[in-house]
Amino acid sequence: MSSNQKSFWTPGNILTAFILAGGLVLTVLRFTQGIGAVTNLDDNNPWGVWIGFDLLCGVALAAGGYVTSASCYLFGLKKYHSAVRPAITTAFLGYFFVVIALLYDLGHPWRLPYPLVWSQGTTSLLFEVGLCVATYVTVLFVEWSPAALEWLGFRKIRNFVIKLTLPLTILGVVLSTMHQSSLGALFVIAPGKLHPLWYSSFLPVFFFMSSMVAGASMVIFEGALTHKGLHHKMDKTHLEEAEGVAFGMAKAASFILLGYFFIKMFDITMDNDWHYLATGYGALFMVEMLGFVALPAFLYALGVREKNLTMVRVASVFGVLGIVFNRFNVSMLAFNWQLPASERYFPHWMEIGISIFIVTLIVTTYRFIATKMPVLYEHPEYKDAH
Amino acid sequence: MHRRKFLSLLGGAGLASAMGVTKSQAASGHSFNGYPDAMGVLHDSTRCIGCRKCEEACYQVNDLPKPEKEFKDLTVLDTKRRTDAKTYTVVNKYNTAGLEHPIFRKQQCNHCMEPACASACFVKAFTKNSDGSVTYNGDLCVGCRYCMIACPFSVPTFEYDDAFDPLIQKCTMCHPRIQEGKLPGCVEICPKEALTFGRREDLLGIARDRIRKYPDRYVKHIYGEHEAGGTNWLYLSGVPHTELGQIEVGKTSAPELTSGALGAVPMVVGIWPVLLTGAYAISKRKEKIAQEEKAEAVRATRESAQEEAEAALKAAMDKATKDKAAAVEREVKKAVAEAEKAFEEKLAAAQAPAGEADTGAGESPEEEA
Ligand code: SF4
Ligand code: SF4
Repeated sequence: MSSNQKSFWTPGNILTAFILAGGLVLTVLRFTQGIGAVTNLDDNNPWGVWIGFDLLCGVALAAGGYVTSASCYLFGLKKYHSAVRPAITTAFLGYFFVVIALLYDLGHPWRLPYPLVWSQGTTSLLFEVGLCVATYVTVLFVEWSPAALEWLGFRKIRNFVIKLTLPLTILGVVLSTMHQSSLGALFVIAPGKLHPLWYSSFLPVFFFMSSMVAGASMVIFEGALTHKGLHHKMDKTHLEEAEGVAFGMAKAASFILLGYFFIKMFDITMDNDWHYLATGYGALFMVEMLGFVALPAFLYALGVREKNLTMVRVASVFGVLGIVFNRFNVSMLAFNWQLPASERYFPHWMEIGISIFIVTLIVTTYRFIATKMPVLYEHPEYKDAH
Repeated sequence: MHRRKFLSLLGGAGLASAMGVTKSQAASGHSFNGYPDAMGVLHDSTRCIGCRKCEEACYQVNDLPKPEKEFKDLTVLDTKRRTDAKTYTVVNKYNTAGLEHPIFRKQQCNHCMEPACASACFVKAFTKNSDGSVTYNGDLCVGCRYCMIACPFSVPTFEYDDAFDPLIQKCTMCHPRIQEGKLPGCVEICPKEALTFGRREDLLGIARDRIRKYPDRYVKHIYGEHEAGGTNWLYLSGVPHTELGQIEVGKTSAPELTSGALGAVPMVVGIWPVLLTGAYAISKRKEKIAQEEKAEAVRATRESAQEEAEAALKAAMDKATKDKAAAVEREVKKAVAEAEKAFEEKLAAAQAPAGEADTGAGESPEEEA
C-alpha cells in the first residue's frame, strides 16, 4: 500500500503500461485490417499461436481450478482449502481471457455464440469444446464470485453462492474432463496432417491426463510466484498450508506423469512408430518425453521424498513448460509435417505481441484482484464460514 | 481392436469412450454409402493437357476476381500452386521419372461422401447435398477455420484479408448449375474430355472399364473410391497417385475417426457426477467417522477423569476421617493421661508436704490455656 502511494510508476508498472498500449494498437490493427494483416496464417496453416498458445495452453494451464477444488471438496483433502481460491481465481481469469483471445482468431468474432444459440454442429468436437468452455466460464465465475462479494460486502448473496460449492465443483470436473480431452480430440480428425509420433486415437486421454499435470504444476508454480510478489497479502493459514499443498500436488503430478509416459510408449509401440525416432521429429519427440515428462516426474518424486520445496518448484517449471511444448508440437511443430519447409508456418511478431498482451492482461487483473479481494487470505468477517 | 481393449483398461473415462464407440458409430452412420444418385466427376490425367481452360471456366461461372496472369499463360504451370480464396481450382504440372512428357492434374474440392469439413464445422455451415456436392453457407460461418484443419485434402481456403466478412471459399461442384440441369463449368469446357460428369456409380464403372481395356496406360487404383471414406470426384492416372501430389489418405471417414471421442461425451456426463458424488460421500463419511471417533475419545477421557477425581476425593476423605479419628483418640488419650496425672498429683499432694503441692497445682491451668 505504502509503495503505491510513493510512486505508481514502478519499473514493472511501466512495462505493463507499455505492453498494454502496444496491445491496444495491435488490436485496432487486427479488427480494422483483418487477420491477414497481423498474422502469418495461410490456407495450409489456418491455426497458429493464437490457437496453439492462447487456447490450447491457456485452457490446460487453467486446469488448476478443477484439480484443486476437486481435491479439496470432493476428495476431502481439507488441507488444500487455502489453495482453492487462488486456483479458482486464476482459472476463471484464464478461461475468461481464452475467450477474449479467441475473438482475435475468429473471422466473425461476433458470431461466437452461434454454435450455442443458432445452429448446433453437434458432430463437431469443436462444438463440444465451445459448449463446455462457455458453461465452465460461467461456473468458474460463480465459484469465484464469493471473493468479490465479500469484498463488496454482499453477505446474503455470498452465503447463497457458498451453498452451491458442491454441485458447482462436480459440474466443474465434468466440464473440464470433457473439454480438456476434446481439445486433444480436435486433432483426431487429421491423421494425415499430424506426425504419427503425436497422432493417436488416444489424444483425448493424453490431453486430459496432461491437463491434470498442468493444473498441479501451475498451482505450485503460481504459489512460488505469489509468495515472492504478494507475500504480505497472505494470511497465516495460507502460509502454513502452502508447503503441504505444494508437496501434495507434486506427488499427484509425479504419478500422473509416470502413467502418461507409459501409455505414450504403449501407444507408439502399438502403432509401431519406433522407426520415426531416428528422424528429426523423433529427436523432438524424445526431448518432449525425456525432458518434459520423465524429468519432471523424477524431480517431483524426489522433491516429495526429500521434502525439498525448491526441487518441487523446479519440477513445476518443467511441468508448465512441458505442457506448452506438447501443445505446440501437436498444433504447430508436428502439424503439417509433410509440407515442404517453405509452406510451413512461423508466427508473425504481431501474433506473438497479441499473445503477450493477453497474458499481461491476465497478470494485471490477477494482481488487482489479489490486492483488493480476499483471495490469499480469509476475510475476517467470514472466518469458519466454509 | 487392441485400442478398444486398452481403452477399457484405462478405467472410468477410458471405459466410457470404449463403450461410447459402438453407439455413436451406429448413430453417425459411418457406413454411409452416399446418396444413390449422387453425381461426381472423373478426372483422367492421361487425357489432361494442362490447358487451364477449366480454371478459366471456373473463374467465369463463379464470378471470381481476375488473376494476375492470363489463363492463356501456361508458364504459371511451372510453379506448384494450391487453391485459394480467389481460385477454386488449379491445374498442376508433374514431371515424373521415366516419362518424357509431364502429367497434369486438376485439383479442387473432392466433395467427400462423408465430408470432414461438414463433420468438423460447429455451426453446420456445410451441407452434403443429394446431388453429391458439398456446399457452404457463409451466413453461419464463425470463421474458426476448423474445416481447414479437418479436410484431409487441405481444400477449404479463407479470406484472410477481409476484416469484416471473411469467408471460407471452395469449389461447389457447380451445385447451382447442376440444379438447373447443366454441367459443371470445368467439365463443359474441357476440350480433351479429361473430365467426365455422371452418377458416381457409373463413373466408377467407366473408370474400371478403362483400366481393364488399357492395363498399360493406368495404375490399378481409382483415387477417391475409398479415400477418406470415398469422394465424389474420382481420379485415374498412369503413375502412382502420390506422384501427382495426391497424398495417401486412409479409408477412414471423418465421422468414423471422431466417433469414439464424441461417443465418450454422454458417458462422461452420465458417469462422472455419480462417481464424484460417491467420492464426496466417501470423504464426508470418513470425516464423519473421524468426528465420531473424536467425540467418543473425548467422552472416554472425561469419564475416566471423573472416576479418578472421585477416587482421589474419596481417598482424601477417608484419610481425613482417619486423621480426625486419630486426633480424637489422641486428645482422649491426652485428656485421660492428664486426668490420671492430675489425680496422681492430687493424691501425692495429699500425702506430701504443703510446699510441693502448690507448685504442681499452679502448672496445670497454664497448660489448659
Ligand atoms: S475435400 Fe475437403 S472441403 Fe471438399 S468435401 Fe472433402 S473435406 Fe470438405
Ligand atoms: S470456419 Fe466456418 S465453415 Fe469452417 S468450421 Fe469454422 S464455422 Fe464452420
